[in-house]
This record gives sequence, C-alpha cells and structure tokens, in this order.
Amino acid sequence: MNRATALQVGTLARRSIVRTLRQPAMVVPALFFPLLLLAVNAGGLQRATDLPGFPADHYLDFVLAVCFVQGGLFAANSAGTNVANDIETGFLNRLSLTPLRKTALLMGQLAGVLALGLIQAVTFLVVGAIAGEGIHAGVAGALVIVALALLISLGFGSIGAFVALRTGSGEAVQGIFPLMFAALFLSSMALPRNLIETDWFREVATWNPVSYMLEGIRSLVITGWDGEALALGFACAGGVALIALVAAAAALRTQMVRT
Amino acid sequence: MSRAGGTRDVALAVAWRGAHNYFTNPAIFIPGLLFPLFFFTAFAGGLSRVDSVPGFEFGSNYTAFVYGFVLMQASAFGGVFTGFSIARDFESGFSRRLLLAAPSHGGIVAGYWLTGVMRAVFTICIITVVALAAGMDVQGGGIDLLGLYTLALLVNAAATLFGCGVAMRLRTMQAGPLMQIPVFLLLFLAPVWLPYDLITGWVHAAATVNPMTLILTTERGFVAGDPVHVVITFAVGAALVGAALLWARGGLHSAEQAA
Repeated sequence: MNRATALQVGTLARRSIVRTLRQPAMVVPALFFPLLLLAVNAGGLQRATDLPGFPADHYLDFVLAVCFVQGGLFAANSAGTNVANDIETGFLNRLSLTPLRKTALLMGQLAGVLALGLIQAVTFLVVGAIAGEGIHAGVAGALVIVALALLISLGFGSIGAFVALRTGSGEAVQGIFPLMFAALFLSSMALPRNLIETDWFREVATWNPVSYMLEGIRSLVITGWDGEALALGFACAGGVALIALVAAAAALRTQMVRT
Repeated sequence: MSRAGGTRDVALAVAWRGAHNYFTNPAIFIPGLLFPLFFFTAFAGGLSRVDSVPGFEFGSNYTAFVYGFVLMQASAFGGVFTGFSIARDFESGFSRRLLLAAPSHGGIVAGYWLTGVMRAVFTICIITVVALAAGMDVQGGGIDLLGLYTLALLVNAAATLFGCGVAMRLRTMQAGPLMQIPVFLLLFLAPVWLPYDLITGWVHAAATVNPMTLILTTERGFVAGDPVHVVITFAVGAALVGAALLWARGGLHSAEQAA
C-alpha cells in the first residue's frame, strides 16, 4: 500500500469509526442483544449440560461463542446501513469525482465494523470470564478469540457492504438480516452437532460454516487448544470474508461506474 | 352516521389499509413471518434432544412444546410490528391527517388492533402448517385448541395496544426498541426451552413473577390436551389487555393533543 492509499484509507476509516460509534442505535443493540441472549440461555438451558456427552459443565461457557457470531451479524447490518446511507445521500457520487482508490474506499468503510467488532469481542470476553469459568486456553486463547471474532465481523460486514453496494438500498440491507440470523440458528449454536437429534438439522449444521466459527471459539473457551477446530474456524471465517470482500469490491466497481 | 357506525367505518378503513400495506410490502411482511419460523426451526430441530434431560415432563413431543412458545412469540410480535407501522404513520404525517379527518378516534385504535390480529393470524397459520409438517403431536381436542388460539389473540391484543400506546406517545420510528425490548424480555424470561421446574438461576426467579410463564404453561397444556391454571391464565390475559387498553387510550390522548 503506498502512502497516498494509506492516507485515503486512514481518512475514510476514521470517518467510518466515528460514524459507527456515534450512533447508539448501532452500538447498544449490538452489545445488548447478544448479552441478553447469553444471560437467558445460560439460565434457561443449564440443565442441557446433564445430557450424556455434553462438553461443558456450565451452559454459559458453551453458549458464549454465540455472542461473537451474533455480534458479527450486527456488523453486517452496521456496514450495510452505512454504505447504503452513503449511496442514498450522494456521498459516493461525490467521492467518484475524486482520485480516491476503490480499495481505500472499501477498506475505510469496513473500519467502523472492525472497531465495533473489537468492542464487542472485548466486552463478551470480559463477561464470559467473570460469569463463566474463564477462557480455558488462557490469555493467548483470548487474543485468538478476538482475532477470530474480528475476522467474522469482517466477513459479515463485507456481506452487508456487498448488498448495500449492489442494491443501493438501506431497506435491502435490513431485509438480509433475517437471512443472516437463519445462518446462525441453523448451526450448532444450541447443542454440539453430535447431540443434535434431528437428522436434517444436524446435516444442515454440518454444512453451515457458522457451526465451525462457533466451534473454533468454543474450543478455546471449553477445551483449550484444538488445532482442528481452530483451523476450521479460521478457514470458514476467512473464506466467507474473502468471498464477500471480492463480491463487495466487484459491486463497488459497478456502483462507481453507475454514478 | 351513528357514533358506533363511525367507529366501525374508521376501524375497518384503518385495518384494510394495514392489511394492504402488510401484504404488499416485503420489508414489513417478511421479518414478521421469518423470525418465528427461525425460532421454531432452530428450537424444534436443534434442541429436540433436551427432552431427554432428567425431569423433562410434557404430554406431547418437543415440537409441540416449542410450538407453544413460537405461537406466543408470533402473537406478541404481530402486535409489536403493528406498533412500528403506527409509528411510521406518524412519521409520514398520515396519522396527523387521520386524526383530523376521522369522526371517531377510538376507531383508529380499533383498526390498528384489527391489523395486529390479521398479522398474527396469518403468521400463526403458516407456523401451524410448518409445525404439523414437522411432526407436531397435538393431543388437545377442539375446546383445547379454541382456548389455545383465544389465548394467543389475547396476547396479540395486549402487545398491539402496548405498541400503539408507545407509538402514539413518541410518534417516531426511533421508539421501536421501546416497543420491542419489553416484549422480548417478557417472552424470553419465561420457560422457553425447558419446563419451569427445570430452569435455573436468575431466569427461574424472573420466570416466577413473569405473567408470560403462566400463559405459556397453559398454552402448552392446551396443545398436550392437559391444560392447567386455565381460569387464572385467562384472567391474567384479560388483565394484560385491560392495562394495555388504558395505556393505548393515554397514547391516543397524547396524539390528539399534538395533532
């Protein structure tokens, strides 16, 4: 990255971060709803740990991973809404008249998502460490969880940006939110895959990359260092991020041509 | 035109408009339908093994157990989403014109209530078909089912009138979380995944004082053909509707003063 591009990315990143963090309507639900679901699940499903083969003594430790992925879903909403807003208000039109590089624009726009993702990851880790039994993989494991959570946020945020750039509509971004939720719900979020009784659901959860993102984080919380779970978690999160970024970059090219 | 006739005409006109907006706008239609379906699929499919937890006693299968909750959720959120529509009407200026033109303001509230009923009935029909296709075992007879759906309509009426009261007082879409979060909390602080006796910790304490616990337990009893606490549950349901009606009436006065 040359100096001019770095400057462009920095300027747009600062704008994106400030804009995201200045909107309580974006930050508060992104923290509140995952923590609420965590608290309710921890009490409501604690007895599920009595099932033979359940991997944790406390359901809170098991379900903590869901917060990070759910936080990523809010990242998609946040990134998509901000990009759509830039299109609707004509900000992108004005930028297209400048010598700004498209890479810088996309990276800058996603900086706000990463800032929100970092706040979420640290908050969820602190809550998990206080209310649960701590992170089994220790401080280094916690740092790996933050890295994986940021990659997940980047992936989902890029999907949100892609939809916004493709449609130019904030309403369309809101419309994909339920679909993203479906990806979370049809995963191993509530029980380990080997304990899911319904065959078709277990099959869907096995093909769903979100299951592996959850299991990557969960392995660090519950069992310690598990190379396979981590490799699959990072591969799935990285794969989603890569595909979504390429798609978003292509949509940005089209959007800039249109303008 | 008699006063009753005026009220009826206004109510039917508002309800017809609500139905038209609902069925012709996917952004309104889809989330209200998809969220209960996601919850149903995730819980009935992903959590069905928890009926093997020691002490889990229910007269039907786990799909039927989950259906009781999703039915209540669809009823309540049918009302909450109607509250969003009322807020949108105020933001667009439609409600101000409606308040000036309608001969009966009570008819406006009645019309929104009918809209909430229509939304909930539509969602409930879809969910019931999906639940039956997924193997829900309904043990209850005709009277039980009448009780089940009457209770669902009471929950829907209470939620719609609550949302109406909030929307008419604040008259902005930004009031959305104030309608959604209390209902969300009431729903999820009930015994969602396991019977009341099996939930633990602070969620158990919250469920003890939550009126939704009683309603949910009776609804599940109707499905299983073994209803419990029927009289007290209907009394609580009626009290919730009465309280929400007073709240909505106060909201209407506030909107009339502002118009």
